[in-house]
Amino acid sequence: MLAGLEGDAAAHKALPEKLSRHLRAYFKGQLARAGRGPVDSEDLVQETLIAIHTRRHTYDRSQLLTPWVYAIARYKLVDYLRRTKASMKDVPIEEAEEVLAHDDPAAVESAFDLDNLMSHISPKARQAIQYVKLEGLSVSEAAARSGMSQSAVKVSIHRGLKALALLISGTGRQ
Amino acid sequence: MKTEQLIDMLSTNVEPVDRGQLQRTLAWAVAIGGVAAFCVMLATIGLRPDFGTGTKLGFLVLKLLFTLSLIGVGTVFLIRAMFPGRDARRPFTLAFLPFIAAGLAGMAALVLASPSVWRSMILEAEWAGALICIPLFGIIPFVILIWALRKGAPTNLRRTGAVAGLVAGALGATAYAFNCPHDSLPFIAIWYGTAIALCAVIGALLGPRVLRW
Repeated sequence: MLAGLEGDAAAHKALPEKLSRHLRAYFKGQLARAGRGPVDSEDLVQETLIAIHTRRHTYDRSQLLTPWVYAIARYKLVDYLRRTKASMKDVPIEEAEEVLAHDDPAAVESAFDLDNLMSHISPKARQAIQYVKLEGLSVSEAAARSGMSQSAVKVSIHRGLKALALLISGTGRQ
Repeated sequence: MKTEQLIDMLSTNVEPVDRGQLQRTLAWAVAIGGVAAFCVMLATIGLRPDFGTGTKLGFLVLKLLFTLSLIGVGTVFLIRAMFPGRDARRPFTLAFLPFIAAGLAGMAALVLASPSVWRSMILEAEWAGALICIPLFGIIPFVILIWALRKGAPTNLRRTGAVAGLVAGALGATAYAFNCPHDSLPFIAIWYGTAIALCAVIGALLGPRVLRW
C-alpha cells in the first residue's frame, strides 16, 4: 500500500488483487447474514476497490491497513443495504448455508458493463481513461495523442473515475 | 465488468498522493468559515460598542472559551472522521464537556443570584437574537466544512454531519459573541448552547445526504 501511495504501479496492483479476495469473502458472508444472495457481492467488491483507489489519500500511513479497508468495506455495505431498503435485522440465519452453497468463487464478474458505464461519462474523461487506464499509455503520451495538456489528462482521469464510481453506486441496481 | 479488468484499470499509471492534504484542507475550512461568519456578523448586526472594556471583555472571553473549546474538540473529531478506521469516539464524547461545563457554571450563577433576577438573567430580549443569528452565521461555515469533509471518507455520516453542524454553529456563536449585548452565564449556557445544539441536529439530519460518497 505504501509503495502504491508513492505511485508504484506494480505494488498498487498486487494489493487490490489480494484485497479483492478478502473483500469478496467478506461481502458474501455479510450479504448472506443479511439474508441477501451473493449476486451483488461482486458489485460491492468493485465499488469498494474503486473507493479504496479514489480515496487512498485517506489512508493514514501510521495506522494499520486492514481497519482502513474494512471501514470502507463496511461503509459500502451499510450504504448498499440502506439503498436497497432492508436492515441487518431481518436476517434469517437458516438461509445462510443455503446461500453460501451457491457461492461460486469463479464468478468474479459484476453486473456492470464497462463499455456501458464508459458511455455515460464525458467524452474527455472517457478518452483520458481509455488511453491511460485501459491502453496503458503514459500521461504524456495520452496528452500528445488527445491534444490535451498533461494536467488536463490527469484531471480528466480523476473526474472520470469519480463519475464511474458514482454511476456504479447510484445506478448499479434498482 | 470483470474485477480483474477493474484492477488493471485502477492500477495503471497511479499518481502518488499528497500527505497531510486532508488535515490542511479541514483546518483551512474552519479558519475560512470563521472569517466568513465574522464578516456576515459585521455586515448585518455589527460589533458591540466598546466590547473590549471591563466586565464586557470578561464575558466576551467566557463566551469565546465556550465556543472555541467546541470548535477545537469538533475539529479534532472531524479530522479523524475523514480517515476510515480511525477511532473518533473520544473527541466525540469530549464535545459534550463544554456544554456540561457551561450548564454547571450557569446553574451556579443562578444559585448564587436571587430568584428575582433569574428572569432577567435568562429571558432577556436578546435570546431570540442568539437563537436566530448563531445558526444563520453558521450556514457558510457549514457549507465550507461539508465541502472539505467530502474530500475525505467519513464512514459515520450522521455523526460527522452532527459535529460539522456543531463546529459551524460554534463558529457562528463566536462571531455572534462580538455583538451579543447580554452578559450572564445562564444566558450563555442556555441560548448559546441551544443554538449550537440546534445546528448540530440540523447537521445530523443533513449529514447522510450531503456527505455520502
